[in-house]
Amino acid sequence: MLTDQAGKGVHHDTPGPGHSAQNSLRTGGNLLQLVSPEGERISHPEFDVWVKDIGDEQLCSLYEDMTVIRRIDAEATALQRQGELALWPPLLGQEAAQIGSSRSLRDDDFVFPSYRESGVAYVRGAHLSEIARVWRGNASYGWDPLRINLATPQIIIGSQSLHATGYAMGVQLDGANTAVLAYFGDGATSEGDVNEAMVFAASYQAPVVFFCQNNHWAISEPVRIQSHVQLADRPTGFGIPSMRVDGNDVLAVMAATRVALDRARKGGGPTFIEAVTYRMGPHTTADDPTRYRDPIELEDWAAKDPILRLRKLLEAKGLLTEDVEGRVKAKADAVAAELRASCIDMPDPQPLDVFNHVYSTPNSWIERQKDHYSRYLNNFNQPVEEGAL
Amino acid sequence: MTATMIKEFRLPDLGEGLTESEILSWKVAVGDTVTLNQVIAEVETAKAVVELPSPFAGTVAALHEQPGTVVEVGKPIVSFEVDDAGSTNGGSAPSTGDGSAVETSAKSAPAAGGVEAVGAPAKREPNLVGYGAVVEHTGRPTRRARGQVQELGSATVAPETSVIPESAAVATPEADVAERPRSTPPVRKLARDLGVDLQSVPGTGPGGLITREDVQNFSGAPKPAIEAPATQGGRETRTPIKGVRKFTAAAMVQSAFTAPHVTEFLTVDVTATMDLLARLKGNKSFEGYKLTPLTIAAKAVLVALRNHPTLNSRWDEANQEIVQFNYVNLGIAAATPRGLTVPNIKDADRLSLRELSTALTDLTDTARAGKTSPSELSGGTVSITNIGVFGIDAGTPILNPGEAAIVALGAVRKAPWVVNDELAVRQVMSLSLSFDHRLVDGEQGSRFLADLGAILSDPAMVMTMI
Repeated sequence: MLTDQAGKGVHHDTPGPGHSAQNSLRTGGNLLQLVSPEGERISHPEFDVWVKDIGDEQLCSLYEDMTVIRRIDAEATALQRQGELALWPPLLGQEAAQIGSSRSLRDDDFVFPSYRESGVAYVRGAHLSEIARVWRGNASYGWDPLRINLATPQIIIGSQSLHATGYAMGVQLDGANTAVLAYFGDGATSEGDVNEAMVFAASYQAPVVFFCQNNHWAISEPVRIQSHVQLADRPTGFGIPSMRVDGNDVLAVMAATRVALDRARKGGGPTFIEAVTYRMGPHTTADDPTRYRDPIELEDWAAKDPILRLRKLLEAKGLLTEDVEGRVKAKADAVAAELRASCIDMPDPQPLDVFNHVYSTPNSWIERQKDHYSRYLNNFNQPVEEGAL
Repeated sequence: MTATMIKEFRLPDLGEGLTESEILSWKVAVGDTVTLNQVIAEVETAKAVVELPSPFAGTVAALHEQPGTVVEVGKPIVSFEVDDAGSTNGGSAPSTGDGSAVETSAKSAPAAGGVEAVGAPAKREPNLVGYGAVVEHTGRPTRRARGQVQELGSATVAPETSVIPESAAVATPEADVAERPRSTPPVRKLARDLGVDLQSVPGTGPGGLITREDVQNFSGAPKPAIEAPATQGGRETRTPIKGVRKFTAAAMVQSAFTAPHVTEFLTVDVTATMDLLARLKGNKSFEGYKLTPLTIAAKAVLVALRNHPTLNSRWDEANQEIVQFNYVNLGIAAATPRGLTVPNIKDADRLSLRELSTALTDLTDTARAGKTSPSELSGGTVSITNIGVFGIDAGTPILNPGEAAIVALGAVRKAPWVVNDELAVRQVMSLSLSFDHRLVDGEQGSRFLADLGAILSDPAMVMTMI
């Protein structure tokens, strides 16, 4: 090490508690895979141990969650086309990355998502109406972050990585053993915020996991133009170890996330995970990927579909019984129906609601603005109601 | 109870702040039974082609718009006959909360005739950031009033009222509107592309919103062609004047009545040029290049212009200036499926013969495919129209607006010709040159045409001109 030998950042090379996994973390540019696209279980000397508790029941449960969030995505997309949602950012194709990572978290861990992690929100326990209402334009937030330890969706690209790092530094000050996880995409790794977050996370050895879903497209910008090295190589320049995993392989994602969370809890510092996956839908419902994307590329990735892959594994193990299939379908149907009903029956916010959550405590200036606006609205001789929020 | 009711599906804003979409095709017909989320239509917005899933399970009662129609957001496009009992918009009752199902009929303010509309409420106008302020207020609530709203698991959702009246509060008086003329980003871009200053365009939309049509009407530019079916009326066919035809007509009228045209003709023996063309075609270094009489003639025009720059100029009426171009953007009139267009080759005077040949091939291929971009259509300085391909000898071409000269190339045909006082069969071609007499005197025009003729009858004459 040529830089400041006494500095905190150099310690990540020192063997010690939580640091032992350091070198083995490096997947060396190889894609960590525990289930092949054909549904075969691939054994791995280092990572198998991290999913050895995942038995038949858990595999079926992962399959259910992945199927359900795909259904949420399909229903929400339909609701947008029917004018019930203003916008929707599809997660189609990223089910394994979202379920594998979020199912590795503890309830007391804190998660900072981008806007595409609706599957993560479902797993964390957000109500379907809470997931829908931001996209319906009825609220500027979805759920109470402190109830499910999940921050509200961040539209600004990558800024949640700073929030996560700051929260993780707070965890350190508290002496807690919770971990923090930030989701972002391939495009975000080109943003200043993510790079600054990595600087601070490395400097303070903050207990944060940077979970990058490389879905290959930053709207219409392909990842190959954004980065001439693999995204997993970017954090190593900050002294943050990284793993590159098959993001369509739910077990590989789980293993990698568990390794990273374990490092964080044990004081091992930050970890970067590049989950290589693919955004099979448009960037949002307002986007047309056929204008910039080769359909052959989509076909290639359809062959690596995360749910199909898990199905094949379950079939090979004889687990995909009629009972399981029926249960998963019934669950998906029920969730879709609830999402639809809760979305359509959602009360509209009222004009004065906008003042309600600016401050958590009464604020005279906001009260004054609210009063002025209320009197302005009264000019129209209409009753002004406070609405649902 | 098998009572049914009619439900309308209004075209929603499918992007972020879109005002209209075109119905490309219907996937269902009247009388068809549809399931929830079944694809019923394909529509094209300014952003994408998308499939519309049905918001109801029921029977298609009416399709209100034909394929090919551009429909404003909020207009009904299809009506369904649905079971009264199944009128929960296809969704099952929420499974959370106190267990009392949401009374759907109560949440709807039934419009006359039991028609309930879903989709984009008509009163909300899409604007820059989605749905914005309502501009006009009718004094009556038209939004769906909500029934007893069920708590959906969030402690923060606790509406007191069972019916939330439409509030005038969302109205914004025009006085509050920013000073910038109201329009949408695509319209502002259109205005920029057409060189229209939005400040001077009267807006006819709600609250003075400047619409696409306003800009187009102001500039006289063509609307994106929606092929309206021609009205067949027995012995005559009436087609609305619009699109490229309208634009072409406006340009022609403007040109013909702005620039005083003079047309001159010259018929020349181009046997030597045709021989040269044959030699070049056989030359290995031109292998793969598409060489035609137009290629050589275009090069000849470019060479002849060097000594007669006034033909490559513009009359700038507004600034009372004559603009002399020190470059040549060579326009080529092209007949395309959409009508006449004159795309131009930028800086054509700097191109070698090979480069010019490639540029001409690209230009015509692009034009025929209907993919010519607006930038390729603007900025031309002088033009050629190749009427010879239709077997025509000569004509009086009308100047491309803003340009000082246009050359029409006639057909190359064998004809009796006097060579060394004897009659011979030669290949001859007529050249027609129109020029703007404000800029170009007869002498300059005539000398240019003579030089052009000299090159084509003896390509070696180029030696004397460069």
